[in-house]
Amino acid sequence: MLTIKCPWCGDRDLTEFAAGGEGHIARPLEPATQSDAEWGDYIYTRKNTKGIHYERWMHAQGCRRWFNAVRDTVSDEFLAFYKTGEPAPKVEGDGS
Amino acid sequence: MSQSYRLESGGKIDRAKPLSFTFNGKSYGGYQGDTLASALIANGVKLVGRSFKYHRPRGFLSAGSDEPNAVVQLEEGAYTDPNTRATVVELYDGLKAASQNCWPSVNHDVGEINSLFARFLPAGFYYKTFMWPPKLWMWYEERIRHAAGMGVSPMESDPDKYENLYTHCDVLIAGGGPAGLAAALTAGRTGARVIIADEQDQMGGALLSSHDEIDGKPAMVWVEETLAELATMPEVRILPRTTVTGYYDYNWLTALEKVTDHKGPGNGGDSVRQRFWKIRAKQVVLATGAIERPLVFAENDRPGIMMASAVRTYINRYGVLPGKEILVFANNDSGYLTAIDAIKAGARVYVADVRANPQGDLVKQAEALGVKIYRNTAITGTRGRKAVTGAEVMELNEDGTDVVGSHYSIDCDIIAMAGGWNPTVHLFSQSRGKLRWDEAATMFVPKEGVAINPSRSVGCCNGTMNLGAVLAEGLGAGVRAARDAGFGDGSAPEAPTATIVAEEPVRAMWEVPCHGHKKKFHEFQNDSTSADLQLATREGMLSVEHTKRYTTTGMGTDQGKTSNVTGLGIMAAAQNRGIPAVGTTTFRPPYTPQAFGAITGQNRRELFEQNRTTSMQPWHESHGAVFEDVGDWKRPWYFPKPGESMHDAVQRECKATRDGVGIMDASTLGKIDIQGPDSLQLLEMLYTNAWAKLGIGRCRYGVMLNEHGMIFDDGVTTRLGENHFHMTTTTGGAARVMGWLEEWLQTEWPDMQVYCTSVTEQWAVATISGPRARALLSELTDIDLDVDSLPFMGMTEGNVAGVPARVYRISFTGEVAFEINVPQAHGLHLWETLMALGEKYDICPYGTETMHVLRAEKGFIIVGQDTDGTCTPMDVGMDWIVSKKKEDFLGKRSFSRSDNIKGNRKELVGLLTEDPKIVLPEGAHIAAETDPKPAMGKYTKAAGHVTSSYMTPNITGPDGEGRSIALAVLRNGQSRHGETITVPLMDGRMVKALVTEPIFFDKEGERTRG
Ligand SMILES: [Zn+2]
Repeated sequence: MLTIKCPWCGDRDLTEFAAGGEGHIARPLEPATQSDAEWGDYIYTRKNTKGIHYERWMHAQGCRRWFNAVRDTVSDEFLAFYKTGEPAPKVEGDGS
Repeated sequence: MSQSYRLESGGKIDRAKPLSFTFNGKSYGGYQGDTLASALIANGVKLVGRSFKYHRPRGFLSAGSDEPNAVVQLEEGAYTDPNTRATVVELYDGLKAASQNCWPSVNHDVGEINSLFARFLPAGFYYKTFMWPPKLWMWYEERIRHAAGMGVSPMESDPDKYENLYTHCDVLIAGGGPAGLAAALTAGRTGARVIIADEQDQMGGALLSSHDEIDGKPAMVWVEETLAELATMPEVRILPRTTVTGYYDYNWLTALEKVTDHKGPGNGGDSVRQRFWKIRAKQVVLATGAIERPLVFAENDRPGIMMASAVRTYINRYGVLPGKEILVFANNDSGYLTAIDAIKAGARVYVADVRANPQGDLVKQAEALGVKIYRNTAITGTRGRKAVTGAEVMELNEDGTDVVGSHYSIDCDIIAMAGGWNPTVHLFSQSRGKLRWDEAATMFVPKEGVAINPSRSVGCCNGTMNLGAVLAEGLGAGVRAARDAGFGDGSAPEAPTATIVAEEPVRAMWEVPCHGHKKKFHEFQNDSTSADLQLATREGMLSVEHTKRYTTTGMGTDQGKTSNVTGLGIMAAAQNRGIPAVGTTTFRPPYTPQAFGAITGQNRRELFEQNRTTSMQPWHESHGAVFEDVGDWKRPWYFPKPGESMHDAVQRECKATRDGVGIMDASTLGKIDIQGPDSLQLLEMLYTNAWAKLGIGRCRYGVMLNEHGMIFDDGVTTRLGENHFHMTTTTGGAARVMGWLEEWLQTEWPDMQVYCTSVTEQWAVATISGPRARALLSELTDIDLDVDSLPFMGMTEGNVAGVPARVYRISFTGEVAFEINVPQAHGLHLWETLMALGEKYDICPYGTETMHVLRAEKGFIIVGQDTDGTCTPMDVGMDWIVSKKKEDFLGKRSFSRSDNIKGNRKELVGLLTEDPKIVLPEGAHIAAETDPKPAMGKYTKAAGHVTSSYMTPNITGPDGEGRSIALAVLRNGQSRHGETITVPLMDGRMVKALVTEPIFFDKEGERTRG
């Protein structure tokens, strides 16, 4: 079972968290001006990365805060945790 | 009492404590410290059970958890435990065990006839024989399961208690043999928190069965001294009878502790029977030892053919000499340890060694003691039906691929196989560690682990077999693991000296040659032979995973602990490639079987899942409510009167509410208190309609969409103040909606100043509904209920039944209705007061079923029942709730996506069956076209399905009585009102129904507003 470090609470078991999928997908500021393709990208298209993945988690059974993590989807190793709104850290091996 | 195979002295059993037990109904004696296996062997019992496929007689192969053969049904009734390995069952007084997989008895087994048809039961026989016709597969499978059945499950509830226990430690050590104890010692000395677990009842591992010496003293003295020192360390926990069963990510391991199994059923007192540990360890030391592997020779499965190390364990640990004439069959020196101990214990001993000319220290010692050694020799067949009585041996040719010359016959009652050792790499593999094939040692050893699961393998599980090196490795791993967990500097003490013997190399011989077609088993429990593996190869199974499934190799309760590597060796030879190229199957948890009871632990019955109940629950229970689960809530479903069926009760409740006044417990509705200067802005984004003009004290219905434009919840929100709202959600969606609000506020709109608080459980809610609701409520409140003062969709505060209340005039029934909210603690008082005063109004309590019927009469949707995540507000006929003026709200942009505007959408409609007495099943499909006699293979498309369907007394059919109504989603349904559609039912009936608008009662809504 993964250990996840909530930026607010520290190391906790995976079972306390809810996964929120790929991170850094901003809601378009003016949806009405979006083409179907652009809007479709926003609601559907995800990278499905093999390797370094920037993703969202929420400490559901704890402080209920959303935050971001960088995880290697092959090894399941977490490389970084950071608060929502903070810039994504650059990690070694990030091919994106 | 005859324990004719028990030695006069020796062993770690307590001869002062004799025990009696029964096996297959017959009484036997043993001693405290015995296992069921050692006690049976002491009594000369060799035949224990029957094999899975051929029902061949089988005995004991091992002395530990790797046992594939001697699986028994332990105890009876509620306490019965199937597939228990006799080799790990600690004997207790009164133990009852029986053979399994045999009928009528182990000595006379009808299924043995399978053995005669063996050539019709080749590898893959399930797949080849029972493929077709598909209908018969069920029949076949039932027969196979019966014939091949292992033990029998208990039919009663498990009377024992179990628990889960969570803990953290710095260093977890799996295995309490010399390597594990050494690691515990040095890790413990640093002050680190250490857990050491071992599956046996006492620590020592292989040393319990050996004559090794450490620092010139018996090795068990070192074990005792080590345990004594560990006992002084407050941070060290020693867990005997505890198997580390699973190794998961981030060093999260599970372990099963058998706390009172050894005392026998019902003798555990207040203790739990088993404890399931969930351990998060900063560092792990794996000291899991090694498992001896059998030799795959002709007819190697007769009772009495055992592992050499097991024979040694029975002699040294249990004081049992399993046979009088013992033939050791070896391909390495370790078999000679058995020969030496056996001849010293008084047996006549022979060794057949496949090596050309073994001359190691142990070989010479054995020879000097009088052991007769046949070098360059193979066993080519065995004798004896229910127990081995002899073997035939022949000389090997130079490359070991054939036997030559004439054969000798050797009389023996035990054959001890010493086929080399497999490091127990199961846990390491579970941790996703990679293995390396050591060709010289013929074993898989740990190569490298993964970063997230820091572990060290030490001792035999690391391929280190020499005791001195084992101790050094353990001592070193202990300090380094502690250091990496933050304790000590990692410097290890000098290792003690230990017995050293010069050993010669093993000679790998994965399949021992013989003349003629004789069965050579490499996997005993599933009767998998070398010929099966070779057949699998010939039929194209090259992947080890395919072969495993085709031959069922390694799929028994022992998970192929003994058979795995020999099987790979035979496959490699058949495929003409090396063992590393064949690869290994995946080791999966659990290492040994674990009972569901232990995994479940205390999470049974009321502790399995929480039951949420409202403050009015005591009244519901005492008035006979039948409950249904809604999320975690128990909600009254209906309130039957004596003798009433559900149908009767619901029809009565439906009518009483429309005619007079009904009362429902609505406390479970989700409630969220929303405050802050940006509350309104948040609502405008969450809901499709406009909120700015909602006055204080006014309520408004809203639907929430996801960004795909689909409905995911609905409810009424009330403005309590300029910047203060009270939102309600569906009962099941409360947590989801709360999470939705939090997510948007935190991740997209962090600048909005809004505070959301779940207040679901702060308010108890009684809803009274019906033409007499106002009259009833007016008797117990100071609130002016006049329609001008408290109009439909209004809210006011005041006192009801003497307690402060918020009264909302909202209605889910279509009647004049009041949702009376009081602080949770007053809920029961409110309900009881309403019921008492309501008596003269014939007040009728109703449950969720009646609520569903009444709202369906009005065509009010239930999100998740009438919608399914593909429904827009327009699809359910709620165009009116979508603001045309708002520039943006969640989901809006998706309305104009091509897929949503292309038409042909499923839309909500009403259905009235031609026969008013037929209640369509919910979920029934509506056929697009119907053909009374469709050709085979011609299918008609579904045009939609029934989402809600009820019988109601409030809508009358042609006969003046109640009739059925239904809601459905139907392609282009909104333009098909008046058409007749067909609903084919499972029983073959084709039910015709009229499509209507989705409302059946008081279409103008006059009753609601009155
Ligand atoms: Zn947290």
